[in-house]
Amino acid sequence: MAEVAKRLRRNPSAVAGGTLVGLLVLAGLFAPLLTPYDPTKQELLNVLQGPSWAHPLGTDNLGRDILARLLYGARLTLFMGVFAVGVGLVVGVPLGVLSGYYRGWVDMAIQRVMDLMLSFTTFLLALALVSLLGVGLINVIVAVGISTIPRFARLVRSSVLTIREVAYVEASSALGARDGRILWRHVLPNALAPVIIQATLSMGATILTAAGLGFLGLGVQPPTPEWGAMLGEGRNYIFTSPNVTTFPGLAIFAAVLGFNLLGDGLRDALDPQLRGAR
Amino acid sequence: MSGFLSYLLQRILGLFVTVLAVAVTIFLMVRLLPGDPARVIAGVLATEQDVARIRVQLGLDQPMIVQAGIFLRDLFQGDLGVSARTSAPVLAEIGARLPATLTLAAAGMLMAIAIGVPLGAWAAARAGSLGDVVVSTLVLFGISMPVYWLGLMLIILFAINLRWLPAAGADGFASLILPAVTLAAFSVAFIARITRSSMLEVLRQDYVRTAHAKGVDRRTVEWRHALRNALPPVVTVIGLQFGQLLGGAILTETVFGWPGLGRLLVDSIFARDYPMVQGLVIVFAAMFAFVNLLVDLTYERIDPRVRYG
Repeated sequence: MAEVAKRLRRNPSAVAGGTLVGLLVLAGLFAPLLTPYDPTKQELLNVLQGPSWAHPLGTDNLGRDILARLLYGARLTLFMGVFAVGVGLVVGVPLGVLSGYYRGWVDMAIQRVMDLMLSFTTFLLALALVSLLGVGLINVIVAVGISTIPRFARLVRSSVLTIREVAYVEASSALGARDGRILWRHVLPNALAPVIIQATLSMGATILTAAGLGFLGLGVQPPTPEWGAMLGEGRNYIFTSPNVTTFPGLAIFAAVLGFNLLGDGLRDALDPQLRGAR
Repeated sequence: MSGFLSYLLQRILGLFVTVLAVAVTIFLMVRLLPGDPARVIAGVLATEQDVARIRVQLGLDQPMIVQAGIFLRDLFQGDLGVSARTSAPVLAEIGARLPATLTLAAAGMLMAIAIGVPLGAWAAARAGSLGDVVVSTLVLFGISMPVYWLGLMLIILFAINLRWLPAAGADGFASLILPAVTLAAFSVAFIARITRSSMLEVLRQDYVRTAHAKGVDRRTVEWRHALRNALPPVVTVIGLQFGQLLGGAILTETVFGWPGLGRLLVDSIFARDYPMVQGLVIVFAAMFAFVNLLVDLTYERIDPRVRYG
């Protein structure tokens, strides 16, 4: 563990990504302290202002402070990312374990379902689910979460297939250990590193997808300060007030970049065999 | 050849099975997920009679198994139903919009390959150098950037400030440039990344060292020997990546008002036009499956180790 931490601190990707993600978390946690404004309070006398001392990033079409909306929006972005990836993990990991450990028809059945989900393509699957479930925070999390399941199931399956053949797992099985114990004690811990890396990278991907749905107007609904929805609303004002679209986009970009960098750094630190091969 | 032919038939059959499975899934999703399509289409002011009429019109009053039977029969006859919004056949509307999406997707994909592959190979050949670091950074930016935001930024820069290119619409080559660049950005980055790592792997191989030792000119080794062998995994990724590109096309078309299938899909979702949404999902999945089939078929040409049959 200490060894991994040391490698992470020396890895420029991990440090840069960790910093961006850390800033995102801090922005979300301390939003009320960082801005005096209410993110949903409209000031109709102050619409579409450029950046100023009073409003560092300007105001939107309803006179709301853009910085305040971005800071509070960080909470939402993290919330959606964590829970959507959570859905992917909670469903995808057990499916991958079952698939890789029992093989045979169980594996066949699970993999065909995963193939089917992948043939929809990630964004379209999330879009189709949201259009049928309806918009809103919970449905977006469910839809985006479901679309990440195949990635985890595939990944865990392949780790389990490899680990299953390792001598000590076979020995444990020969000694009469039950399947559940073998899976829990030997197989899962070994599949952990790739899952952590994938979960981090998936944070970036789910934030992009959720914000994309928000941009289309099919995600979290106004007046909630969701970054993608802010961009979608600001679109109508790009000719006169580009700041309304520029800053939310930069926020999404920075958040996704942070998780991608952190994921790359974790891969280098947790998986020494892959170092330099990327 | 007969080996290849049976492989081809098998793959085409597989493509139909995939599309059929997607069709059945979306059919079930529309009917089993919470929410009554008939009520939604009818709107909040509709009377019970209106809802009942629409239910009959959409065939939703039939038992599920009958609905499924009718749906499959129509599907095999190339009939995806009629739009709940315009009452035109779904397939005709899709056909009318398809060329715009194909143009955009092809332009984006070609740009992605033409830039991504050489860029990745170039970076790998000088791994660790400043150029490599710059490419790796650009790659990270490219895969982290929201495509719709990039599109809007390009509009602000090239359409509003510089006035070089149109901000929206589909009117000639000039209007294709910004959407295609927007759509290609992620794929350029992704393909460059995979090419770089695949190329790094190959450059470590013995035969590359041998070629160098024999005094073969460095450029020939890198571009002829190494890149050729680095390509197969890249080609696979290009196919899989096409799914991402289609998702990006939905967003890109919305940003630029591009009159393609993505725009139609978003409009249909807002209009609760379930037959159209259903048809579009099937067509998108079919396009994705078809491109991957094409990719697998080109495999043999670039990787002689792969033989079908």
